Order: sequence, then structure tokens, then C-alpha cells
Amino acid sequence: MIGLPLVYLVAGLMFAAFAVMSLGDRTNRKRLGNAAFWGLMAVSFLLGDRLGDLGNGVLVLALALLAGTGQLGVGTPATTSPDERQDLAHRLGARLFLPALVIPVITLIGTFAFKAISVNGAPLVEAKNATLIALALAAIVAAVLAQVMFRQPATAPLQEGRRLMDLVGWAALLPQMLAALGAVFAAAGVGQTIGELAAAWTPVDSRFAVVAAYCLGMAGFTILMGNAFAAFPVMTAGIALPLVIGRFGGDPAVVCAIGMLSGFCGTLLTPLAANFNLVPAALLQLKDRYGVIRAQAPTAVLMLVINVVLMNALAFRA
Amino acid sequence: MLTLLGVAVIVVGFALRFNPLLVVVAAALTAGLASGMAPLEVLAAFGKAFNTNRYVTIAWLVLPAIGVLERCGLQERARMTIQGLKGASAGRILLAYLFLRQATAALGLTSVAGHAQTVRPLVAPMAEAAAESAGPVSDPDRERIKAMSAATDNVGLFFGEDIFMAIGSILLIVGFLDQSGITVEPLHLSVWAIPTAIAAFIVHGARLLLFDRRVASKAQVQS
Repeated sequence: MIGLPLVYLVAGLMFAAFAVMSLGDRTNRKRLGNAAFWGLMAVSFLLGDRLGDLGNGVLVLALALLAGTGQLGVGTPATTSPDERQDLAHRLGARLFLPALVIPVITLIGTFAFKAISVNGAPLVEAKNATLIALALAAIVAAVLAQVMFRQPATAPLQEGRRLMDLVGWAALLPQMLAALGAVFAAAGVGQTIGELAAAWTPVDSRFAVVAAYCLGMAGFTILMGNAFAAFPVMTAGIALPLVIGRFGGDPAVVCAIGMLSGFCGTLLTPLAANFNLVPAALLQLKDRYGVIRAQAPTAVLMLVINVVLMNALAFRA
Repeated sequence: MLTLLGVAVIVVGFALRFNPLLVVVAAALTAGLASGMAPLEVLAAFGKAFNTNRYVTIAWLVLPAIGVLERCGLQERARMTIQGLKGASAGRILLAYLFLRQATAALGLTSVAGHAQTVRPLVAPMAEAAAESAGPVSDPDRERIKAMSAATDNVGLFFGEDIFMAIGSILLIVGFLDQSGITVEPLHLSVWAIPTAIAAFIVHGARLLLFDRRVASKAQVQS
């Protein structure tokens, strides 16, 4: 059965290639740092399951220290000039979009088709990871297709991939680090404590006040934890179940649906939701690390207010 | 209560703009130690969680494909497509993208677009090109257009995906309520995500059109 281990093997090999290519990039003064960082990522993906928990802990510590002490530079692999790109864009025309479209199309087909394919009665692909596996397959097909269709050098996909990877730099790892932090916080009981505090501070006598406390609590907790999924069980058990639903008779479906969406407003506001807010800033080379958050903050705040109003209007129809 | 120190480390660390990777490690150590775990125990717990969450980083597998396409002029080609379009503006391009992103997310197709796959190679260059067709664009405005492109992707995704019944957040709600002895149908939850979804489209859409005016009026002042 094809599962995540195969995808991890592919990702590990990609990071290993980035490390080797970084090492040979004499234009990058910090090439040793880049090689070490992407090399450790390769180790994590290729051997992570054999390192043991403490081994993985040491690996994470090393990655964080490399990034935190500024050991990462930006490599400049040989690529096309802006003029050459302009010419290529004219010459290749709309065909350029084809490999880009291959990514969503294969991801989409794979997500559904993989679940249906079985060999000798056993499923070919691990069903719960079908989308991730399809995405990995799509990425490989698109890279090979682009390289062959447009007759690019054989090393182009990996060198160009490294160019983009170096632009993102340590931010590439932040989402995974934060997911791990969430697990440690959960083990330490951080969420429980915050939930109890929020419940203790909520005024219990006014319907509007408990609705507002739940929605704002979802958003606030999400801002602190970076993830609405972490906030939901804690806030709902603390405020929504006993008060909004229990005491004032709110419709659970409405309360929970809009409560979760209030959490998403918090996701738009927090640097801890790195893959949505900080990674794109790095990918787009924004000067302001928090530029994306600034751009979406007014929408998030307005939507939070609207969610409070909507919950208040829709949850108590009976 | 002491475990909240972990949260404090995060807040202070991010506010002072220390390297986030270091901040995260420091926060994990703080929370773990405060809850009574031994230092090596915390490091092992963090390492274990890091290893099981490797799937989060898999999304970077698309970079080689996007990189080769950029090498062949994909961003330039995306710009040309827009330059031939009459009446295109940054806000209108992003409004169309908002609709597409929200609609596909509502059908459960959350991975068909994203910051690496669509925003950097296609959407941001298109929005920039559309703004340039009205006049010269200043560097700060260029930054704002790029940031707004990423923001639009996020808004579309977040306020679209909950309309799909089988998305993670809906399943989480169903499971949680079930444990609390309340039965709700996923369909009911997704139906009640629709009012917020419509409001989000109106709010962010209006902001995009207002955004256009701001960029356009500045362009006129300059020319």
C-alpha cells in the first residue's frame, strides 16, 4: 500500500538534493548553513522514524539554532534573466499554463480515484492520506512535464526548487514546528487552563454577552494557539455548552458552526498560523513579515463582529 | 497556571520579532518545564510531535514544478494575459479569485489552489499587471497588492471550506458534540456556515473594490 512513508522518501530526497546543491553554490556566503539546514530536513524525512524521540528533539533544536543564529543565506542558482523570461513567455504562450493546471487536476482526480483503486482486495493508497499523496504525485508529474515540454536542463526542477526554497528559508519549517508546539501545549494542559479562565470571566446573565464571549473567546484563543481546532473543544466545553446552548437554549448546529468560523477570524490575525500568514509573506518576498496579516485584519475584525450578530440572530429562533 | 508562561513566551517572542523557530522551541520548553516535565522529557515530546507532523511540510514538493515554470516565464505570461483584458484592475482580479477560491473550497477542493501553487506564480503577478495598466505603481502599493493577493486566498479558503460537509473542522464539531451527547448532522453545520460565507464575500469583496480606488487615485496623483 502506498502511504506517507513513500511521500516522505520523495521529500527527503528533494531536501537532500537542495543540501548538496547548496553546498556547491559558491555565490552564497552562507552555503554551509543552507546545506546543514536542508540536510537536517532530509535526515528528518528519510530517517525520522529511526532517530527516536530524543534524537528528533535534538534535530529540531539544531534546526532552530541554525535559523535563529542567522546561518541561512539565499542561494542564487543560474536561472533565466527577466528578458529571457519575457521572450519565453511570448514563444511558449498559453502552453505554459498546462503544467500549472496539472497540479490541481491530478490532485483532484487522485483524491477521489485513489480511494477506489485496490489491488488484490487491498487498497492501493492509504485512504486517509489520499489528498497528500495525490498532491505529491501531481507535483512530480508537473515538474517533469514542464522540464520535458519546454526542454529545460535536467537539473532545472531541483535548482529552481532550491531557489524558491531559499527564498522561503526557515519559514518553510515554521508550520510543522507550530504543530509540534500545539502537541506540547496540549500535554502541558495550556488549553485547559485558558478555557477555565475564559469560562470564569464570562458574564452569565445576558444572552448577548455569552454569545459575544464565546465568539471573541474562540478568536482570542485561536490567536494565542494559532489554530481554531485547538480552541474549539476548550471554548465550546467552557462557554458554549453550559451557557449559550445549556442556559439560553441556542441551536447547537448554529452555535458550533459560527463558533468555528469565529475561530477562523482569529487564524487570519495571528502570526502563529504560519502557513497562512507568514509563509506567503516569505514566498512573495514582502518586506513586512506581517504584511499579509495587516492586509486581512480589517476583514477578520469585521467578520468577527458579523459572526456575533449572526449567532445572536440565528441560534435562538425557537 | 504556570504553563501559561509558554503562551507568554510566544506572544513576547513574536512581538519582539525574534526568530520564530527559536521562539517556538523556547515556548515548548517553558510550557513543558512549567508543567513539571524534565528538560530531556520535553525535548523528546517535542521531537516526537515534530516527527509525526512531517506531513505539514510536504506541501513544498510543488516548488520544483513552480520553479521550472517561472524559469520559462510563467509569471510574465500571467501578466500578458491580464494586459490584454479591458477593464481589469487589481481589485477585480482578486474579487474573481476570491469567488473561485471560495466556491472550490465549498466543494471540498481546498488543495487545488494555494500560496505556492497559485498566488505566487499566477494571482499576484496578474493583480500587479492589472494595476499597472492604470498607471505606474509605487513600491509600497506593489507590496500591498501582493499582500492582498495572499490575504484573499486565505479569506476565500477559510470562509468557503466549512460549507463542505466532510472537511476536518466540520467532522471535529460533529465528533465533539457527539461526545457531549448532542447529535448534529454534518449537513446542518455546513448549512449554517453559509450566512458567514456570504457575509465574508461581501465584506472582503467590498474591501477589494475600495482597495482599487486607493491604488488608482495614487497612480493618478503620480502621473
